Amino acid sequence: MEHVKNSVEFLNETAREMRCSIISMIHAAKSGHPGGALSAADIMTALYWNELDVRPQEPGWPERDRVILSKGHTCPVIYAALAMKGFFDISVLQTLRKMGSILQGHPDMKKVPGLDMTSGSLGQGLSIGVGMAIGAKADRLKSRIYVILGDGEIQEGQIWEAAMSAAKYRLDNLVAVVDVNNLQVDGFCSDIMPVEPIDKKWEAFGWEVIKIDGHDMQQILDAFAKARTVSGRPAVILADTVKGKGVDYMENVCEWHGMAPNDEQCQDALCQLKGGDRP
Amino acid sequence: MKMIPTRDGFGDAITELAKHNEKIYVIDCDISKSCKTTKYAKAFPERHINVGIAEQNAAGVAAGLATMGKTPFISTYAAFGSMRMCEQIRTSVCYPGLNVKVACSHGGLTPGNDGPTHQAIEDMGIYRSIPGMIVAMPADYNATRKLVARAAEYYGPVYLRFTRDAMPVFYSEDEEFEFGKGKMLKQGKDITLIAIGDLLHQSLEAAEILEKRGISVELIDMHTLKPLDVDLVKASLRKTGRIVTVEDHNYMNGLGSAVAEVIAEEGKGILRRVGLKDRFAESGDYYLLLKKYGMDAPYIIKMVEELL
Repeated sequence: MEHVKNSVEFLNETAREMRCSIISMIHAAKSGHPGGALSAADIMTALYWNELDVRPQEPGWPERDRVILSKGHTCPVIYAALAMKGFFDISVLQTLRKMGSILQGHPDMKKVPGLDMTSGSLGQGLSIGVGMAIGAKADRLKSRIYVILGDGEIQEGQIWEAAMSAAKYRLDNLVAVVDVNNLQVDGFCSDIMPVEPIDKKWEAFGWEVIKIDGHDMQQILDAFAKARTVSGRPAVILADTVKGKGVDYMENVCEWHGMAPNDEQCQDALCQLKGGDRP
Repeated sequence: MKMIPTRDGFGDAITELAKHNEKIYVIDCDISKSCKTTKYAKAFPERHINVGIAEQNAAGVAAGLATMGKTPFISTYAAFGSMRMCEQIRTSVCYPGLNVKVACSHGGLTPGNDGPTHQAIEDMGIYRSIPGMIVAMPADYNATRKLVARAAEYYGPVYLRFTRDAMPVFYSEDEEFEFGKGKMLKQGKDITLIAIGDLLHQSLEAAEILEKRGISVELIDMHTLKPLDVDLVKASLRKTGRIVTVEDHNYMNGLGSAVAEVIAEEGKGILRRVGLKDRFAESGDYYLLLKKYGMDAPYIIKMVEELL
């Protein structure tokens, strides 16, 4: 492992900065998906700052770890992570969703340095992760493959086709993270199409299941560390999260799945995140 | 003439190619016996993945392997390879331009007695609509072997369509094929027949009968639907002014439509399209189906006569 281990304090501070970036880029774009980006910010911080072996100066390094943001609509979180890691200039974030930008409304691997897969159509990322994990094993690469899923997303049948195949091929270099925020576009997952018991489903499909609080940095770090010890089968981290985490008027409010804050709301959100006086 | 299904050409070609190309993977969706990839699976078990009856997953696994520098061939039936995994191929393969091949048996009415559930009549039109996809159907065993080799060499998404039923082996073993380059099989001046895939054989038969009647037929094997050999279509159009397209596919959105676009853009010429007339067929013998649904040599002749 080449990467430096950072303190929980540092990571929490980084996640806070990431949330500010998410809010300001979606505000600038005047559209986008803040809720699921904010719920995944702590997970993505732990991943990019402590877990992944990647090289911002050499994005195509063959032995790198891979990340698939299968819940692609929440791309501001991965755009912020990649920019903050130095894959591209942080100022590019302000071009999100605009003509000519590398930052498409949903992620395009051909445009964004450091982005390992195109995504946006839900349910497809885990299958792609299975293909990557099989390829990495075939070439005896130490690369680990991380797939970030939403809990609404696992309503897609293809997820379970992929889950079966990951177990069949004993892909212990594959880690799925489910951002369990219990919200989807039309309401609570538990009302629209219940996905619980999520843990029993993954267990039944042959996966090692790790349940955590997805906003507790130490728990996230421990979960990734535990996943590394799993042998002969894939691991899934079920991260309980709050959609819109960090901005009080967005937390657990369904409408903030896919809506941009206006000027006033943006200022309020940034004040909350930065700990300043609210307008 | 020797008769071999073109799916056998795929199975033989991929097994041969994999000996020299270590990037090749085959992803089966349970039906390897029918898609003729069992020989490959036995020879290269470490590069054979069987995802079971899960075509959407097959598409994703192939996309993932492609990002790791592999050249995966997904093997299934055309109905499933074009429709069950359509959006996965569109979004996770064609949009990022990944090096995935979709190689499908049971094209058109060739799985005759399996009935309409297994007769893919929309597949080439569907894939023709997706940016970046090459769409091809070889007419015989030898053409199949060559086009599978071209697909393995080419970097990017390709859809290949094969027959379940045996087709005459028309081409010699050393005949060369390139995507996007139609084959002028016979020069003529009265009418142009442009055929794709299995119905090339009906077109050959029709051309022979027409020649005996004193009609000068130009015959083209348009094995690649996309990119269409537009130059060849235009050149022939200038000579004959009359084209009959022949395809084992819905007569909408396939070869007939592609050629119609060229004719319309040229602003002159007239066209008849032989194919399934925007309807589902039924279970039955392949040749009886071609006769009933107006896709055989006598029907091609009838269309030619309408134009002369």
